[in-house]
Amino acid sequence: MNLESFLLMRHEIVLTIVTLIILIAELSDAGKNRLIWISLASFFVVTVIGFLPVPEGSLFGDMYRSSHLTTMMKNILNIGVMILFLQTAGWIKKPEYENKVSEFYMLILSTLIGMNFMVSSGHFLMFYIGLELATIPIAALAAYDRFKSISSEAGIKLILSSALSSGIMLYGLSMIYGTAGSLYFTDVAVSSLNGPLQVMAFIFFFAGMGFKISLVPFHLWTADVYEGAPVNVASYLSVISKGAAAFIFTIVLYTVFYSIAEIWKELVYVIAVITMTIGNLFAIRQKNMKRFLAFSSIAQAGFILLGIIDGTALGMSTVIYFVLVYIFSNLGAFGVVSAISVITGKENMDDYNGLYKTNPKLSLTMMLALFSLAGIPPVAGFFGKFFLFTSAAHQGYYWLVFIAVLNATISLYYYLLVVKAMFINKNDSPIAYFRSDLTTRAALLLCVIGIFFIGFLSPIYEFIKMLSIGM
Amino acid sequence: MDFLTWFVIVPVLTVTAIIFTKNMHQTRMAAAIGMSVQLILAIVLVFVYLAERRAGNTAEMLFMHSYTWFESLNITYTIGVDGISVAMIMLTGVIVFTGIFASWSVDFLSKEFFISLILLSSGVFGFFISIDLFTMFLFYEVAVIPMYLLIGIWGSGPKEYSAMKLTLMLMGGSALLLVGLLGIYFNSNAEGGNLTFNILEISKVQIPIEAQRFFFPMTFIGFGVLGALFPFHTWSPDGHASAPTAVSMLHAGVLMKLGGYGAFRVAMFLLPDAAHELSWIFLLLTGFSVVYGAFGAIFQKDLKYINAYSSVSHCGLVLFAILMMNKTALNGAVIQMVSHGLMTALFFALIGMIYGRTHTRMINEMGGLMKVIPFLGVCYVIAGLASLGLPGLSGFVAEMTIFFGAFQHTDTFHRVLTIIAASSIVITAVYILRVVGILLLGPLRNNEYLKFTDATWYERLSTSVLIAAIAGIGLAPLWLSDMISESLQPIILQLSQAMLP
Repeated sequence: MNLESFLLMRHEIVLTIVTLIILIAELSDAGKNRLIWISLASFFVVTVIGFLPVPEGSLFGDMYRSSHLTTMMKNILNIGVMILFLQTAGWIKKPEYENKVSEFYMLILSTLIGMNFMVSSGHFLMFYIGLELATIPIAALAAYDRFKSISSEAGIKLILSSALSSGIMLYGLSMIYGTAGSLYFTDVAVSSLNGPLQVMAFIFFFAGMGFKISLVPFHLWTADVYEGAPVNVASYLSVISKGAAAFIFTIVLYTVFYSIAEIWKELVYVIAVITMTIGNLFAIRQKNMKRFLAFSSIAQAGFILLGIIDGTALGMSTVIYFVLVYIFSNLGAFGVVSAISVITGKENMDDYNGLYKTNPKLSLTMMLALFSLAGIPPVAGFFGKFFLFTSAAHQGYYWLVFIAVLNATISLYYYLLVVKAMFINKNDSPIAYFRSDLTTRAALLLCVIGIFFIGFLSPIYEFIKMLSIGM
Repeated sequence: MDFLTWFVIVPVLTVTAIIFTKNMHQTRMAAAIGMSVQLILAIVLVFVYLAERRAGNTAEMLFMHSYTWFESLNITYTIGVDGISVAMIMLTGVIVFTGIFASWSVDFLSKEFFISLILLSSGVFGFFISIDLFTMFLFYEVAVIPMYLLIGIWGSGPKEYSAMKLTLMLMGGSALLLVGLLGIYFNSNAEGGNLTFNILEISKVQIPIEAQRFFFPMTFIGFGVLGALFPFHTWSPDGHASAPTAVSMLHAGVLMKLGGYGAFRVAMFLLPDAAHELSWIFLLLTGFSVVYGAFGAIFQKDLKYINAYSSVSHCGLVLFAILMMNKTALNGAVIQMVSHGLMTALFFALIGMIYGRTHTRMINEMGGLMKVIPFLGVCYVIAGLASLGLPGLSGFVAEMTIFFGAFQHTDTFHRVLTIIAASSIVITAVYILRVVGILLLGPLRNNEYLKFTDATWYERLSTSVLIAAIAGIGLAPLWLSDMISESLQPIILQLSQAMLP
C-alpha cells in the first residue's frame, strides 16, 4: 500500500489503528481514567487528521471512492463522535462499567469505520459491508447494560430488525445485480432501471435504508431500542448512525438511481409525509425523555427527506448542512438528558419540572437545543430547516413544504412541553443542583457554540454547497 | 456599521448587559437605559429621515445597505426604511420604552423577564427595517417565540394554555407564510434574472398570475393570523388576557402590527394581481371581524378581554383598509396601526396598574375608582375617548381617513361594507362608555379601595408618554400622514398597474 492510498483512506486506517491502540492499552492494564483519556486524545487526532487537505481519488478498482464531499461527511461524523465521547466520559466512569470501558470505545469506533466505508463506497458490496459493520456493533452497545433486561431486549430488537432489513436490502441488491450485471455504482447508474423488476429492487433497497434512518413504517424498533439502550448509545444511534445513513442514502439516490428520479421522488414524498406526521404525533404522548427524543428523531428524519427530494446539488448541500446542525442540536439535547441521568438516574419528563430553578445552565442548554430542533431562529436549526424547505420548494413541492411546516409547528408543541416543564411547572422536589464533570460541560459548551454560530456563519453552508456542486 | 442596524444591536447589547447585572435594581436600570437609547435612536431616525426627504431624496427606501449572506441562495441582509417603516419604528420605540416602565415592579425572575422582553423587541425592530424576505421572516419568528416564556412564566390565569395556544397559532400562521415566501422566491426570476428575496427587486418582476393566486392567500393569511384576521384571531383574547402588562402592551401595540405591515408590504406589494382578484373574500372576513370584535367586547366582563376584542376590531380595520387598495385608505391603515398601537398600549398599561391595586380585572367587582386613583382614572378616560374616535385624539384621524378612503370606491359592495364597518364606531362607544361608567364613576364598591395610592413616578412616566403621543397625532396628524403618503406611492403604483387589464 503506497502513501497515496493511505492518504485517501486516512479516516478508516487511522481509526483502525486507534481501535487497536485502545485494545492494547486495555491489555496493558491501564486504569479506567487513563483509558478514557487515551481514547479521547487519540480520537481527537483522528478528527484532526481528517481535515488534512488531500486530493480526490479512488481505490480497489473504484470500489472505494474518496471525494471532497465524502471527506466532508466523514469529518462531520467525526465531530459528532468527538462531542459524544466527551459526553460519555462521565457516564462510563460509573463503577458498574469497570472493565468495560475499552469495549465501548472499540465498538463505537468500529461502527464509525463501517460508516466511513459506507459513505465512500463505489460498489454495492463495499456499501453492504460498511453497513453491516456500522450496525452489528451497535447491537452490542445497545445491550451494554448487560444486567438490565430492558437493555438486553434493546440489543436483541436491534439485531433482529437490522438483520431483517439487511435481508430485504440484499434481496433488492441481488435483483439489481441480476438486471444490471454489475454492482458498481457507475455501472448500475447507466443501466436501464425502468423495468418493473428494477423498480422493485429499488423499493427493497429503499426499505432497507428506511430501517437505518428509521423512516415510517420501518421505525418500529426505534423507540424501544432508544429506551432500553444507555442514553449515550441512543444518542449515537439517533445522531451519528442516522446521519451517516442519510448521507449514503442521498449519494446513492442522486448518483445510482438518478435515472428513475421521478419514481423515487413520489416515494420520498409519501414517506416524508407519513414519517413526519407519525413521528410527531407519537412524540406528543411520550413521558420518557429517551422515547420522546426517539420519536422526535423519527420526525426529523422525515424532514431530511424534504432535502433529498430535490435531487440536485441544492438538495445534497441542504441534507449535509441539516445533518451538521442536527448533530449539534440533538447531541445538545441528549447531552443534557445524559448528564441528568448519570447523576440522578432520572429520565422522565416530570422529573424535569422546575429544573430551571436548580440548574439554570443545563435548562438553557436544553432549551436552545430543543429550539434548534424545532427550527426557531436565530439558532442554527432554523437555517437547517429553512434550507430543507427551500430545496423541496425548488422542485415545486409547495404542499409538501406546507405539511412539513405544519409538522414543525406540531413538533414545537412537544418541544415546548419540555421547556414548560423546566421553566414553568412547579415542583416541590426538583432535581438538586449538581455540577457535571469537565468533559460533559465542555461537550455541552461545544454544542451551544455550534447551535449559535453554525447558522449565522454562511461560509459553512457555502462551502458545503460548493462541494455538492462538484459532486 | 450603518445606522439602521443599530436598532438590532442596541437591544442585543442591552440583553448582554442585563445578563451581567446582579440584582433587580440594576436589571431594570440597564433595561431602561437601553430602551431609552433605542427611543432616542428612533426619534433621531424620524428627523434624519424627514431631513433627507426634504433634501430631495426620492429613493423608494432610504439608508439602504445590503450585505451578502448566503450567496448561493442569494440571501442578503438588506435593510432600509421608508416613511411607513419609520412610523412603525417610532411606535415600537415608544411602546417598548413605556413597557419597561410599566413593568418596573416585576420582581419574579426579573432578569429573565427583561431579557425576553427586549429580545422580542429586537425581532420587531429587525422586522421593520428588513427589505429581504428571509431576514424579515427570521425576525418575525424571533419576535414570536419569547412570547411563550413571557406569558407562560409571568402571566396570570390559564397562562400555560394561552401561551401554548398563542405560540402554536402564530407558528401555524408562519407555516403558511413560509410557503408563500418560498413561492414568491422561486417565482422571482419569472422575467429572467436571479432568484431573489429582495422585496424591491421582486416588485419589479411580474409574477405569473397562477402563482399569485396560489401564494397570495398563503402570504396574506400568514400575516393575517398575527393581525388577528377572523377566524384566526382566537389566540388574541386568551393571549392578551393571560399576558403580563408589558407583554400585552407590546403584543397588541406592536406585534399585531407586524401582521398588517407584512400584509401590504409583502402580500399586496409583491402579488398585486391576485390581491385585486381575491380582495373581496378578505374584505368580507375583515369587515366581519371589525363588527364581531366590537360586539365581542360588549359581552366581556374582564377588562383585558374587553381590550383584546377591541383590538380584534381595530386591527381588523387595519386589514380592511389595506384591502381597499387606494391611497387614502392605505394612509388611514398606517395611521390606524400607529394610533391603535399607542392607545391599546395605554389601555393595557392602565389595566395592569389597576389590577396591581385591586387584584381583579372583573368590571362588576370594581367601581368608583375615579375617586381614589384620579390620575389613572383620567388616563383611562383619555384612552377610551381615543379608542372611540374623539376628534383631537389619534383614533379620530385614523378612522376618518380609513372610512373616507373606503367610501371612495363607487361600487355597492365596497360602500355597503364600509357602512357596516363604520357602525363599529358606535358599538365601540357602547363598551367604552359602559366600562368608564361602571369602573370609574359608579359608587365605591369596596372600602379597601380608599387605601390606594395614585400613580407612582414610573407609572406616570409610562402613561404620560403614551398620552402625549396620542394627542400629538390627534392634533397634528399632517406630518405623519405626509410622511406615510409619500412612501405609499410605489405601492399604489404597483396596485394600479395591476388593475389595468
